[in-house]
Amino acid sequence: MKPYEIVTEPIDPQRYADYVLRPEAGAVTLFTGHVREWTRGIRTLYLAYEAYVPMAEKMLAKIGAEIEQKWPGTRTAIAHRIGELKIGEIAVVIAVSSAHRKDAYEANEYAIERIKELVPIWKKEIWENGTEWIGDQRGKPETDSGQADPAPFPPKTRRELP
Amino acid sequence: MITLYYFAGLREATGTAQEQAELEGRTVDELLDWVRHKYPHLSLDAVRVAVNEEYALPDDRLRSGDTAALIPPVSGG
Repeated sequence: MKPYEIVTEPIDPQRYADYVLRPEAGAVTLFTGHVREWTRGIRTLYLAYEAYVPMAEKMLAKIGAEIEQKWPGTRTAIAHRIGELKIGEIAVVIAVSSAHRKDAYEANEYAIERIKELVPIWKKEIWENGTEWIGDQRGKPETDSGQADPAPFPPKTRRELP
Repeated sequence: MITLYYFAGLREATGTAQEQAELEGRTVDELLDWVRHKYPHLSLDAVRVAVNEEYALPDDRLRSGDTAALIPPVSGG
């Protein structure tokens, strides 16, 4: 495994936790983001993720470098899966270790917020009666980040299936 | 010659994942104008451009051999 990677196979979060664990770390936070069945009252059958892989891996590493600068002494690993994912499967894993828990919690949340701003990965929701590429999710309710403003620009390309 | 990449909804709307274009010497803004002209139905309002896998500024100039990717709003996580 690489510490910052885009993968196509199911994610085993333990590998990333193991990677960041070291003797000087007293805390590891491990975040896994999963495919959710219900969003805004609409039932998702599955998700399809696409990425600009080389740039996405660069951007994940950049987020890791930002974390290292903001919370010195942390170690981070991030993986995002692409392709078709079923309900409940892991789309993203973020592992951060630090000497004390506060840094690991804060840095982990920072990582998911930056992923949603920066990393060229796109999610398509597939429902029973249509599909939709999902746009900017920063600050939307019911996203993994759990905040509550409407997105500034949700350019949705909604398309009904025949 | 530069290589253009289209992703997600832009790939579906253009029917193209990548194409070549003679845009060396042009700016990123001019590249977007070129795309708008070729695909008038595309909405590029919130689209960012990455040149050689780094987000670029509107005035950045393209050089031969560059790759330029149109990045619609991202939705990872």
